[in-house]
Parts: sequence; C-alpha cells; structure tokens
Amino acid sequence: MEKNIILSVKDLEVKFKVRDRELTAIRNVSLDFEEGKVVAIVGESGSGKSVFTKTFTGMLDINGRISNGEIYFEGKDISKITDDKDWEQIRGKKIATVFQDPMTSLNPVRTIGYQISEVIIKHQGKSKEEAKQIAIELMEKVGIKDAANRYDEYPFMYSGGMRQRIVIAIALACRPKILICDEPTTALDVTIQAQIIELIKELAKEYEFTTIYITHDLGVVANVADIVAVMYAGQIVEYGLVEEIFYNPQHPYTWGLLSSLPQLGEKGDELFAIKGTPPSLFQEIKGDGFAPRSEYSMKIDFELEPPMFKVSDTHYAKTWLLDPRAPKVEKPKTIQNLHEKMLALTSKGGVYSDRDK
Amino acid sequence: MTETNREVLLDVKNLEVTFTNNRKKFRAVKDVSFQIYKGETFALVGESGSGKTTIGRAIIGLNETSDGDIIYKGKKINCKLSKEESKEMTRNIQMIFQDPAASLNERATISYCIAEGLDNYKLYKDETERQQKIDAALESVGLLPEHKSRYPHEFSGGQRQRVGVARAMVMEPEFIVADEPISALDVSIRAQVLNLMNKFKIERGLTYLFIAHDLSVVRYFSDRIAVINKGRIVEIAPTEDLFAYPLHPYTRSLLQSVPMPDPRIEKNKELIVYDESKRDLSGEKPKLREIVKDHYVFMNDREKAEYEVQLQKMIEERKQLKVG
Repeated sequence: MEKNIILSVKDLEVKFKVRDRELTAIRNVSLDFEEGKVVAIVGESGSGKSVFTKTFTGMLDINGRISNGEIYFEGKDISKITDDKDWEQIRGKKIATVFQDPMTSLNPVRTIGYQISEVIIKHQGKSKEEAKQIAIELMEKVGIKDAANRYDEYPFMYSGGMRQRIVIAIALACRPKILICDEPTTALDVTIQAQIIELIKELAKEYEFTTIYITHDLGVVANVADIVAVMYAGQIVEYGLVEEIFYNPQHPYTWGLLSSLPQLGEKGDELFAIKGTPPSLFQEIKGDGFAPRSEYSMKIDFELEPPMFKVSDTHYAKTWLLDPRAPKVEKPKTIQNLHEKMLALTSKGGVYSDRDK
Repeated sequence: MTETNREVLLDVKNLEVTFTNNRKKFRAVKDVSFQIYKGETFALVGESGSGKTTIGRAIIGLNETSDGDIIYKGKKINCKLSKEESKEMTRNIQMIFQDPAASLNERATISYCIAEGLDNYKLYKDETERQQKIDAALESVGLLPEHKSRYPHEFSGGQRQRVGVARAMVMEPEFIVADEPISALDVSIRAQVLNLMNKFKIERGLTYLFIAHDLSVVRYFSDRIAVINKGRIVEIAPTEDLFAYPLHPYTRSLLQSVPMPDPRIEKNKELIVYDESKRDLSGEKPKLREIVKDHYVFMNDREKAEYEVQLQKMIEERKQLKVG
C-alpha cells in the first residue's frame, strides 16, 4: 500500500540543560506521519510528548536542543534550522499548534478580530479589509455565532470553549498542512470538549490537514485517533492503529494505562495503579525504561533495550515479551474483552450502566 | 437497595449564594437542597460555573450564603457561630483542594504543612505526640518520615496531593469536602489518590462530598450523585440509577459527552448538545421532585409525566437487553 508521508522523524534525540546537568527528554524516536491521518500521542506528563512535537515547529525552550536525528518535512530536514526567519516559513504557516489553555495563547489586550486578521495579513499578505472578511468567515466556520459583531470583542468576553474556537481559527488562518493539538480540551468542560473535538474533526476533513493530538485522556484518543503512539520516558513504546492499541495492546505500559481506567474499576475494589514513578531522565536508562515498574519484567529487561517488535504491518511494540524466546504472557484480566466491558456500560444514546448485569 | 433509617450528617436546605458585582447581583446557587448521609460519598457533578465549588465552599464557611440552611449534625452552621463552635466545625469538616501546588504553602516544610492544623488546635499533649501524629499521617498516605523536612516543590503532583490528603486527615475529621481532588493529576496517579481516599472512607467511616466534572471517576467513587446546572440541581439519584436511567436532558447530554475509552463506541457516537432555550418549558415552575424512590428530578407535572414514560421505556429496553 502506498502511503503518503508528510512528516518523518528519524532517530530523534532531544537534550535539555538543567542546572549544569543534561537530561535526555527524547531518546531515539522514529515516527512517520501519514498525510490526512489523525495520530494521537499518549503518555504521562513528563513522558516527552509535548517536547517531541515542539521540535516540529522549532519551539523548544532555550535550554533544549536536538542532539541527534532528523525531521523531514516537505523533503527538507527541519531539525537543522537555526534561523528564526526560516522557522517562520513553517511555524504557524505550515505546521500550526493549538495549545491547552486558550487564555494564555490569546493576547488579552487585543481584540479577537485583530488577532485573527494579524495572522492573515502577515502570512498571506492580504489587505486589512480582505483580512477582516476572511477572519469573519473563519469565525463562522469555527462556530462563533454573530461573528461580524463579535469581531471587535476582547478575549475576556468569550467563554473558555469559544476562546479555544478562536485559537483554532487563528491556527487555521494560514491553511496549515499539519495541526498539532496539544491537550486542546484539557482545560475545558466535558460538554465543550465534545464539541471542540467534533469541530477539529470536521475542519480536518474540510481543510485536509493532518492532525497530531497530544493527550492523556484515552477517551479522547478513542474518539479522534486513527493511529496511536504511546510514549514513555522519552520513547515510543507502542505504535498502532487505534483498535490495535485498545483491543490488542502488547506493551506492559499500555496495559497499565488501560487498566487504570476508572471505567474498569469495580466499586469496592481498588483501582489499578501503575506502581512507582517514571525513571529520572538525568541518568542513562538501561534496558527497558518501564521494567522497574512492570510486573512482567524479565532479567533481560534490566540489561538490554528492546527493539521495536512487529506485531502487524501497522502495529509495533518495544518490549522483550514479543521476543520468540520470551514466555507467553497474556494481557491482564481487567482489559480483556475491553469492548464488551465498555459496551456493558453503555446503552443507546451513550448512557452507561452495569446495574442489571 | 437503601435503608430508610440512615443518619443525615449534612442537610442543605434551599441554599442560595449570591455574589454582588458592581451592584449587579448574581445568584450562583439557586434553591439547592440535598442531604448527605453518614459514611457515604455524595458527588456534585457539573460544568465550570455551575456553582458546585461555591456550594462546597459555603459548607466549609468560605462563601457567605444569602438564604437557606446548612445543617451539620442537626445544627445550623451558616450563621454566626461562637468561637468554640466555629473551631469545632473547622476541625470536623476538612477540605481537599484541586491543585496541591497552590494549596500548600511553598515556603513551609511538609512537616509544617501537615501540622498546621494540629498546632492551631493544640491537638497533642507534647512534642513527641505531635511528631507521632505527623509521622502517622505521612505513613497513611504512603510517604516516608524523611519527607518531613522537604518543601512542596520537591514533590511530584501525586505526592503533593497526598500531602494535601494527609493535611486533612491529621485533623481526624468526620466529613471531607473534596473539590476536584484528582483533576490536576496524571491518569496513573489518579488511581493512587482515589484508592487512598477510599481507604480512609472504609477505615475511618469518613463521609465525602466529592465535587467533580469527570463522570467516569464519579461513577466508580460515589454512592449518590447530584447533577448541577447553572446553580440548580437538576437530578439526584443513586449512582447506578443515574447512569442507567438518566432523565433530565442535561444529565443525558452530560453523560453522553464523556468520551468512552473504546474506539468502536466512540467512533459511532452522536453528540447531543443541551440547549435550554430549545426546550419546551411550558407548565408551572419546575421543582426538584422524587420520581421513583431516591431518584429526584427538577421538573413540573407535565415533565414528570414525560419522564415517567421515558423511564418505563428505558426499563423495558434494559430488560430486553438482558434477555437478548
């Protein structure tokens, strides 16, 4: 099958200097992004998911640097760009980002209209009048009612969900090829979250951009993703189609993430919690980074880093459990028959119950 | 399912909280009534701005109330209390806050953070007992005595929230208001803090008011749920009933928006957006009324008739589901 790769990351390594010491936030990550697909990157905070995507737009903090690897976008290795002028040709224009908190991404003392049209004037060279027209159209596209009148209002006059819609409108003003959504709904209410997710999906269809979602909410992942990449301690430990990750997970860390879903908790029983804490990134991590927290670790896990094992053409996992010599281990009981279990919690209209089972 | 002679620990009656801003009045909490029984976990669920936190804060006396009663163990507490009484209340009702980074004094050691309440109330005979109490509180939340001399910033989010729990527990309260205690935490850490709170509930017979927006957590954690929208409670029911037979359209829309961690379900879901202006609001003024035992819905007679039909239909569907 011919795949159209829009962004290709090869052996990426990112280091940060913190108080005279260096930590490795991304450890040899390779990932191809297929055009038009939605890729969700999941993991705990500190797993490196935000840092990873920040390298695509040259937005690493000043103490961070790409120490190894390449990032190919439109045939060019963008990891080598150092000039901010060059970045401006990509950042916001071809690869745009929607951040978690809309209040911090908007300028509180500028009107909504100004902030959208500013981008259009700058990147598309339109006149002020034309830009206003496009901006109002965009505002309508993202679901702002009465857009022409709300054009001159300030961010504080908008609700949280509306602000996030504006941020999305700004991100789309330049018709980017890739939209990075960094926890776009974490600061929003569930009902608003559902609407924003829906909006991004519709816009992706219409504007034909590739979406990269960063989230820790597996419910959101299930809703939006075509492909899921699970990150742990700066590495991608499992990668596959969304159904493969939910129904046939292979890495013990993915098992842990799924097992700790509160939906799977039986009342009165303890909820599953992954033991311990992620490893310190200041030290060199030997073997499998998850081994000290895993119930399934073997001797080799502490000695040698596992390669990516192929599960199917679309599904890979970085665990020694997939080595033919490893003992056969089944995924935990809690997450077996996940779909049946979730279905039991749902009835028509998305109403959940297990009262009558 | 529920016994009739449960002891009511907290009784909230017709509570109103009004904020005044530039002489404009805003009723954040409107005619809210509910009871919390001893030993149960009662959840208050709603979106931001619904007034759920305001209710929690009114109970611990941080927000003034403009009307109604908050009765704790038969005694009204939302009025001027004597010094003694007020002290007693503060000790018995503790709060766990959403953001442990913001609620702990960053310039104080963990030992001080935990012992502050003890010190204010002189809840120890001597220094040895004080230290013992701090150590015990730390241990009960899975932290070590050596953590005592550290500062909050040296801890991870999950550990900090455990300090927040220890700080509340050391006072040996009867009742805890937990305001989104796990929203700021990572998925894998959430389970740890929830397990901890559950442990205290079982061991010490604690009663919780759990304020949250995440229905999947609430389902696992609470015995009864009240759904609040724009300062008004629209539905109260035992957890399983609320999830099986949600009646108020707002409850239904809220339940439906929570994404299920299952791609096959999520990808086939249709979104219901709740819009009050599109609802038929004819008939007399609605009130919170019981529809079946323990299940209350904000409704008038016309709506009650509709909900009864709906409920019957859902029960039938459920039976069929079981047979099929």
